[in-house]
Parts: sequence; structure tokens; C-alpha cells
Amino acid sequence: MATDTTPLTSPTGIRSVPSARSAPKRPLLGHRKSRADRWPTHLALGVVCFIVAFPLLYAMIVATQGNTEFFANQITPGNRLGDNFQVVWRDRNLGGYLWNSTIQAVIITVGKTITALLCGLAFVHLRFPFKGPIFWLVLVTLMMPTEISILALFQIVAGLGWANSMLGLTIPFLASATGAFLFRQHFANLPSDLSEAAQLDGAKPLQFLFRILLPLSWNVIGALAVIQFLYSWNMYLWPLLIISEQSEQVVQIGLGTLRNTGGGQSYGPLMLGAVIASIPPTLVFIGLQKQFLSGFSINAEK
Amino acid sequence: MHAGELTLPAIIALSLTTGFGAVTLGRLGLAAGRPRGVAFGAGALAGFVGPLLFMVPLGFCTFGPEAVTADTLLGYGLMAAGAGLLLRLGWTFLDPVAARARAEAADTTTHGVFKGHPFLPWLLLAPTLIILALFLYWPAGRTLTLSTRLVRLGAPGQVERCVTNFTELVGPSRPGLAFTVMMITLGLFVAGSSLSRRADAAMQRLGGYLSSAGVASVLLLLSLLWTASYQRVYLVTLIISAGTVIIGLALSIGIAYLAYQPIRGAGIYRTFLIWPYAISPPIAGLIFFVMFDPSNGIIEHWLGSLFGIDLPNYRQNAQLAQAVVIIASVWKTLGYNLLFYIAGLQTVPGDQLEAAQLDGANSWQRFRYVVIPALSPITFFLIVTNLTYAFFDTFGTIDYLTAGGPAGQTSVAMYEIYRVAIPGRDLGRGAAQSLILFLGVVALTIWQFRSTGKRVSYGS
Repeated sequence: MATDTTPLTSPTGIRSVPSARSAPKRPLLGHRKSRADRWPTHLALGVVCFIVAFPLLYAMIVATQGNTEFFANQITPGNRLGDNFQVVWRDRNLGGYLWNSTIQAVIITVGKTITALLCGLAFVHLRFPFKGPIFWLVLVTLMMPTEISILALFQIVAGLGWANSMLGLTIPFLASATGAFLFRQHFANLPSDLSEAAQLDGAKPLQFLFRILLPLSWNVIGALAVIQFLYSWNMYLWPLLIISEQSEQVVQIGLGTLRNTGGGQSYGPLMLGAVIASIPPTLVFIGLQKQFLSGFSINAEK
Repeated sequence: MHAGELTLPAIIALSLTTGFGAVTLGRLGLAAGRPRGVAFGAGALAGFVGPLLFMVPLGFCTFGPEAVTADTLLGYGLMAAGAGLLLRLGWTFLDPVAARARAEAADTTTHGVFKGHPFLPWLLLAPTLIILALFLYWPAGRTLTLSTRLVRLGAPGQVERCVTNFTELVGPSRPGLAFTVMMITLGLFVAGSSLSRRADAAMQRLGGYLSSAGVASVLLLLSLLWTASYQRVYLVTLIISAGTVIIGLALSIGIAYLAYQPIRGAGIYRTFLIWPYAISPPIAGLIFFVMFDPSNGIIEHWLGSLFGIDLPNYRQNAQLAQAVVIIASVWKTLGYNLLFYIAGLQTVPGDQLEAAQLDGANSWQRFRYVVIPALSPITFFLIVTNLTYAFFDTFGTIDYLTAGGPAGQTSVAMYEIYRVAIPGRDLGRGAAQSLILFLGVVALTIWQFRSTGKRVSYGS
């Protein structure tokens, strides 16, 4: 959960360095470009990639196996994928958990982005009393991870009657100091002519936000969306506390029901559940990879 | 609240902090050109109100008739901390340089102002402010109250218990040893800083080593400050956090350098390497739970058949359990670290690499003496984020992998809070432990703020 604290110090420049994908044309960092020098690099990278990707590949393989193949330490796919899917989807209702997680993550991601955009507009393009102290109040929350006061939060939210509901899963997380800070920086870096021209044209602040600033902010929004989506998708302790009814539970906790399926452990369904639960965040990450990388480009010390 | 009273020791302590505040802040204020009355008055006020911040809510219970020595000592500590806090705050308000810097900082971001919308800013900020107040500030305050009470989960009654929840955690079991280590630590820092100011390069290096030893000594000193029961939690948190950060960053920087080489298919390699970033910490826990399965796991099988190593059962072996948690966390954070390191490698100054190459530095030497120093701002940033990860996000991994076991040997501070408060049903003790962890986060943040000002530049 505490990933929310990151970008305060993330050296976040908005439109600077090109994304990592389109990067290196500069030969200096590498070896001299001779063919003899390249194949060891390929070999080393291949080995490293295999080791890093192995847990996920292995999970996918086990997901297709029954316990017999697993106990034999077989590392080729088995033919039990259908049966495992039956267990995971029909018997354990993984779909229901996935649905709850998706709704939660979408509400939090969209909600946080909107509240943060509004904050950014207020902090950069409007003047009001006590601006400094109020910004400070928002900023200080970066230092206060939810987990620190999660027991009291649990008491408060349960007291509101929001236990076992989507309200309890989402409302407490709809404000984002990270986002407010990110958009404040981003808007401040845009030229002030934009706002002056908009004012000459008679635009209201909200019109300015949605017509001018929003189209210029997709990279930042994309970067924030990836962080926030993963943040809420990865939530574990909070749903563990606030949700006790299985029908309202999110997927991270729901997967726990696959551990020790019926006495002995069935490994296939457990890994299939893990793989399926990893699909939505992987899709979001791949879909927004470009925005994410350029929104978080780094400037090193000069 | 608690039926304590304003006894003589408390009054003496309060007058001491007031006097100390007046003298220190008064002198600093005078030196900064503030009027005598303002400087001394503000100092006395801060020294007086600071301790009351803690003592009024507690009702001076640490000095009451039921208080034991540990309570009273903690009471003095709290009073000193409160005074220190307000004096530091007072100094930022008296200090003209800081005041000017603040005024400038407030101005740099505001531009292109829309005029004639007096209520709009409040409307725009309302959602954020209301949610932060209701679900962050209020729980934080409530955690403070909880921590001074005996509250059972699900039971309506609450009993005041002053600072007992804390004295169960803080209180050196061997004060003599703690004192000795404290003196050694101080000595190391004094010697280190004086040596590093020498002109001699060798002496400077020695001074640097001594200062590093001082930092290690602080960690040792902290471990001696806890009671025997909380010491385990501290050490487990230290081992798992340090292991995750050190191993994780060392591997990441090496792999990033490798993946940055200009070869065909670099994009495909990188996609594979960054993949774990999209996996949730609890799911990492599940995957490693299966891979390290003590009787049928693939790791156990391969180590046995390929190398003849008989892996002990990690669910019973403390060291192995910690190692598996660290490996899972390193794997999970690798993608994130690589993202930043690969982006950072693009900013490594080309002329320096060229110069190093002309001087005959080989690939390893260029990596060691040019690339690693150039990446140090990013390394620093990643140390902080990885520590935060180790403190909080390892929760899901640990819950599925070891559930804190064996015998609490993988129960990091956050997991221990959960164990005490939810299965253990003791919310008060859990809240007290939360506040201890919070102090750790605050220390980390202060360190981060102080260092980022010097070393990392924010975007263009």
C-alpha cells in the first residue's frame, strides 16, 4: 500500500528524457560493438531473464498440472488446465473476487486522478488564503502511510457501517497527496501564457482545466493511473480487515481460499488463480507503459 | 483522562524545558536580529507548551502515584521530545532566511492566476481535504489515544493504561551495555567527522569508514533500547529490510547495466525483466510458497538432484524463512528498480565515459567508477522506496509465505502490529507498536528530505 509515498522524491521531470524503450543509441555505455563481444551479453541477459521470469513461467506451468505431475516435479505443461479452471472459477468463484477488485481499482484510480487534478488547478492557478499551510497539510500526509493508523481507520470505517461494502474499500483512498503534488508540479511547469490566453478568451477555471490542461497531461495521468491501479489492486491488509463476507472480498484475499483446497494442497488451482489475478495489472501496465515511462523520466544531478 | 497529577518532578521538568527554550531560542533569535522580547518569549512559550502537548492528553499520568520508574523516565523523554519539537518549529518561524525561502517557494508554482473566484479553490480542494481529514488525520489522532489504553478488539470497554503499552516495548534490558554502545557511537561520529576534515586523503577515508561504523553502531544501539520481547521484531525487520534493499539494489544496478547494452532485442529482454513489477506482493508470496514447498517444491528438488544440497524446511528454519522472504521481495521489487536504473543510465555523462575509456578503463572499471557514482541520486531514491516497500508491502508476501513464522522469525514490525491487534485482539498494544513504526518512517523521511535537497534535482 505504501507505494503511494513514492513520487514526492521521485525526481519527476515531465517532459524531459525519452522513454527507456526508444533509448540507447549511444555505444559508450556498452562494450565496443564487435560481434565477439555481443554473444556473451546475449547469453548473460538470457540467463538473467530466465531466472527473473522463471517464477511466473513456473506458475503458468503448474497452473496446467494436477498434483501427480506437480509431485513428480514435471516442468512441462500438464493437461489439467480445464479441471483447475473448473475449481478456480466454479467452485471458488474467483470471478466474483476479480470483479470486486476491478471495481475497487477503477473507482480508486479514477477518483484519485480527479481529486488530484482539482487540487493541482487550485494550487497553481488560483490564489486563496492559507495556501501555504494547506499545501503543507496535504504534503505531510505523504509521510503518513495508511498502515500506520490502519487499526484506528478500521474502527472508524466500521463505525460508519461501511464494513463489507465497496464504500469501505474505496472512499478512504480517494485523495492522493502524490497526485496533488504531481499535478501541481506539472501545471507549474507549463507556460503561464496558456492560462492568460484562456482568460482573455473568457474561459472559466474548470473549462481551462478540462479543455487545455487535461490534453496536456495524459502522460502524467497515465503514470499516476498505473501507480494507483497497482496500489489498489495490491491492497491486502485493508480488505483483510474491513471485509469479512466472502462475496464482497477482493482477489488478493480470495486467493487464500485456494491454499489448502480440501485437506491437502492442490497446487494447480492455486497457481492458476495466481496467474489469473495477475492478468489485469499486467494489462494495465503494458497498456500504459509508454505514459508511465515518460511520466516518470529521471533527471540526474547536473 | 488518566488520574495523574502535576507532581513536583513534573513541575521541575516543565520549568527546566521552559528555561532551556527561552535561552536557546532567545539566543538564536537575537543572533537572527529578532527583538529580545519576541525571541525569549517565543522560546519560553515553546519550551512550556511542547511538553504539555504530550502531558495534557496523558494527564501527567507518568508522574502519578501508580507510575513506575520506566513510566517516569518515558515521561521525561516525552517532555523533552515535545519541547524539542516545538523549539525546532519555533526556530523555523524566527529564522529570517527560512522565512524568505518559504515565501519564495510558495510563489514559484503559482502563475496564470484566475481572478474573481473566491470560493472555487475551497470547492476544488474540498474532496481531498475532507478525505484526508476523515481517513488520515483523524485515525492518526485516534491511534495516539488507542495507544494509551487497553482496548480489546470487539469489546466495548476501554481502560486507561498510561504509557504501559510503550514501556512494554521501550526499555533497555541491559542499560549498562546500551550506555557503553552509546558512548562508542558518539566517539565514532566525533572521530569520523574530525578526521574527514583533515587534508590528508588517507585520513579522510578513515574518517569516512569511522562514520559508517557509527551508523552501524546506531542500529546496534537501537536494538539495545527495546525490551527483550520487542527486540526480536526490531531485528527481524532490520534483517528483512536490509536484505531486501542491499541485495535488491546490487542486483538491479548490475542487471540494468547489462540490459542497457546496445544489443538487438534489448526491448524484449527488458520487458521480461520488468514483468515482476506488475505482480502483487501477495501473489509473489503464493508463487514462492509453491516453489519452495518443503516436500515437493521445485527448488528443493533441483538443489537436491543437481547439487546434492538438502534444503531444510523453510517453515521451520528461521534463517531460511527470512532468506525466502527476502528473495521473494527482491524478485518483486526488481522490475521497479530496473525501470528507474535503466532510465537513469541514459543520463550518465557521455564525456566522462569517453575520458575513462581513453584512459584505458575496462568495462568493469567504467561501471564501478563512472556509472555507479552517476547513478547515486537514483540509488538513494530507491533505497527509500525499497525500505518503504520492506516495511509495509511485504505484508502480503509474508502472510502467504510464512504467516510470520517460524516462531515470529519473519514477523516484521507491520506484521507484528497485525498479529498483536487482530488475532491477538489487543488494539492498544497494536497502536503503540504502530507509533514506534511511525517514528521509523518519520526518521526515514527526514533523512530523505535532508539528502534530496543536496543530491537529487527535481525535474526540469
